[in-house]
Amino acid sequence: MSEANNEKMRELLRRAVPPVADRELKRDLWPQMLRRLAERPARVPWFDWALLAVPAIWFFFSPEAIPILLYHL
Amino acid sequence: MEVLERFAQGDLEAFEALFRQFQGQVYGWIVCIVRDRGIAEDLTVETFWRIYRAHARFHPEGNFGAWARRIATNAALDHLKTARREVALPDDLAAGAQPDPAVHRETREQIERAFRELSARLQVAATLALVEEESYEQIAEALGISVGAVKSRVFRAVRLLRGKLKGLGVEP
Repeated sequence: MSEANNEKMRELLRRAVPPVADRELKRDLWPQMLRRLAERPARVPWFDWALLAVPAIWFFFSPEAIPILLYHL
Repeated sequence: MEVLERFAQGDLEAFEALFRQFQGQVYGWIVCIVRDRGIAEDLTVETFWRIYRAHARFHPEGNFGAWARRIATNAALDHLKTARREVALPDDLAAGAQPDPAVHRETREQIERAFRELSARLQVAATLALVEEESYEQIAEALGISVGAVKSRVFRAVRLLRGKLKGLGVEP
């Protein structure tokens, strides 16, 4: 791939996807940041806990299932 | 105590000072990648959220700006990976509002479409290197890869673009 071809490709690309002219931030984002910081950490949905509870209960009542599961893992 | 040391210990005031000092720089970097002001603002906040959570991993003797830029690049990459097929490139950010008459509108759209079909990793490398003309060293630092790897990504992006455009009947 020649350098001239590369340059032509770059020119075409810059015409189709021109460089960003204005990179300046127009407003202070700190208030938005504060709101983000105040958000509570993501909570685990109840159905995920339910999914976890099913095998836990199963293993509690049938501990012999644990080695079988480990064997298949 | 220096602001970077206090930040590394989780001090919110130090974090605010760094946020105010670097938010413009981080935004400017992100907007070049995602090319949308609103998304760039959201990703700037997301970047600083990641920075705040990772404060304990920051070494106070390190370069905060470079570290922030790398986290910002990852946030922008994550965004492009999920949204790049859904969002069209807005024209309002482009330098020179008028389309270049030397390139036919249809051809421009084909090039733009082909460009957006590239993987997020190639798109970011090509945008920063070819469109924004950032230095390979700076791109490498922001992506956490070597200069050679950046050049390789740009080379692959150009080769893929050329192939796609040939397939569309556009001879670059």
